[in-house]
Amino acid sequence: MKDMADNMFITIVTIVTIALSILIASAGGLLFVNAGDVMDGWKKGIRIMAYIKPDVNQDELDQVRQSIATMAGVREIRFISRQAALEDLKIQMKRQMSLIDNLEINPLPDAYEIFMSPEEQSFEKIETLAARVDALSAIDDVEYGQAWIGRFTQVFNLFKFIGITMGALFFMVTVFIISNTIRLALYSRRDEIDIMRLVGATDAFIKIPSFIAGLIQGAIGGTAGLIALYIGYLTISANIERNFSSYVVHIRFLSWDVALWIIVYSIFVGWLGCFLSLKQFLKKN
Amino acid sequence: MSELQKKHPIVRMFHVYKRYGPKNALADVSIDIDFNEWAFITGPSGAGKSTMLKLMYRGETVSEGQILVDGTNLLRVAQRQIPLLRRKFGVIFQDFKLIQNKTAYENVALVLEVAGVKPQLIRKKVQTVLRQAGMDDKMNQYPPSLSGGEQQRVAVARAIVGDPKIILADEPTGSLDSKSAGIIMDLLKGYQSRGATIIIATHDKEILSKTSQRIIYLENGRVMDQGIRTSMD
Repeated sequence: MKDMADNMFITIVTIVTIALSILIASAGGLLFVNAGDVMDGWKKGIRIMAYIKPDVNQDELDQVRQSIATMAGVREIRFISRQAALEDLKIQMKRQMSLIDNLEINPLPDAYEIFMSPEEQSFEKIETLAARVDALSAIDDVEYGQAWIGRFTQVFNLFKFIGITMGALFFMVTVFIISNTIRLALYSRRDEIDIMRLVGATDAFIKIPSFIAGLIQGAIGGTAGLIALYIGYLTISANIERNFSSYVVHIRFLSWDVALWIIVYSIFVGWLGCFLSLKQFLKKN
Repeated sequence: MSELQKKHPIVRMFHVYKRYGPKNALADVSIDIDFNEWAFITGPSGAGKSTMLKLMYRGETVSEGQILVDGTNLLRVAQRQIPLLRRKFGVIFQDFKLIQNKTAYENVALVLEVAGVKPQLIRKKVQTVLRQAGMDDKMNQYPPSLSGGEQQRVAVARAIVGDPKIILADEPTGSLDSKSAGIIMDLLKGYQSRGATIIIATHDKEILSKTSQRIIYLENGRVMDQGIRTSMD
């Protein structure tokens, strides 16, 4: 601790470097965790709406239902009558109720809501199924607006790969920066280390305090980075929840075990930086 | 000390060469320094005095030849054993080489800490040697607040606190006034009287003339003359 206090500036630089690296990498992780949650939520909601032509009788409706049920990838079919659709619309448009009340006729069609099996939710399969449903004579139109999720998933996976690659790069850059700041600290203590060796100090005697300093700096840097991330999370989530319904977007922070692993990781980074710089420094001197 | 020890050399050099590139810092140096002896290595600047001391404590390695210290062939000392070898020596420099951000007490205690001595014993021994060096009242001061003479007294205390067999001093009085130089020499003589061997590299004619001792005269890395002389010579 005395060594850390004696080299206060370099100690602070090391801690800030670790804290910033952890902050940036964890912010990326937090983004992916929440984007993944949102994606999962969206995926669960993927459906095809098949709107039925007016004047279709019950027998034809049953035939359509049976035809759709035999199509590959269909998990569940739900009939939404035009009256039920209007009731749903009234709930969703509470504030504009007068508009709906003034309607003389119900403009909404009957519809089938088709849910797909999770393993069939690729963009191509949704498109194929929608085309087959649309080809049925009783169907007026199909809507599968959420099919873009398929494409978005691919983009998301690409970003995930880039994120992991960036994370690995960040790790290397952090270790490089830390090993260099620690080497700077060692150079500033070079005379002291020379004297210690002169009076018979072993390399272990010289290394151990630096290792302990590296571990402490890693732990402090990691914790500071996570605290900064948490403050950022509180600010952003409060803003989002003020502007959107919490049903639409719910942001969660990293779990305790992930946070703990991040601190363990930052301690490891501190130690590794120390290990590399000491190895090189003691070999040279 | 036994008669056998007195008759046997503690430091022996056999045809030692030390080269830095094409230049010979030392060439064909062969010397013996006995147990409990007081030896001066002298000669003009650049003669190889400091190099000779560095070779003894393995601060440098020989280019050719062999060195025996207390029966140990330095060529056979593994890298990891060097710290143990260095604990046989107390080393004093012209520029003191004290750690600036440690107090006088901490500088002296470091020698015992690296050797793994128990804290209670460290406290007792450090206080004793600092008292012998006349520095017990300034043991909590940092080197920059001490005079040159005081810093060198701390350096001598550091050199002797581990009870080494050999003291190596490289121009120990080079940056001191004659009064401080006298104190340092008295401290070293006191330590020699306890059985240690003192080897001093110097070109200070004044201290050379005051003591009966072995003198090794170097010039251009070669031993030009060596022998026992008295202060009357």
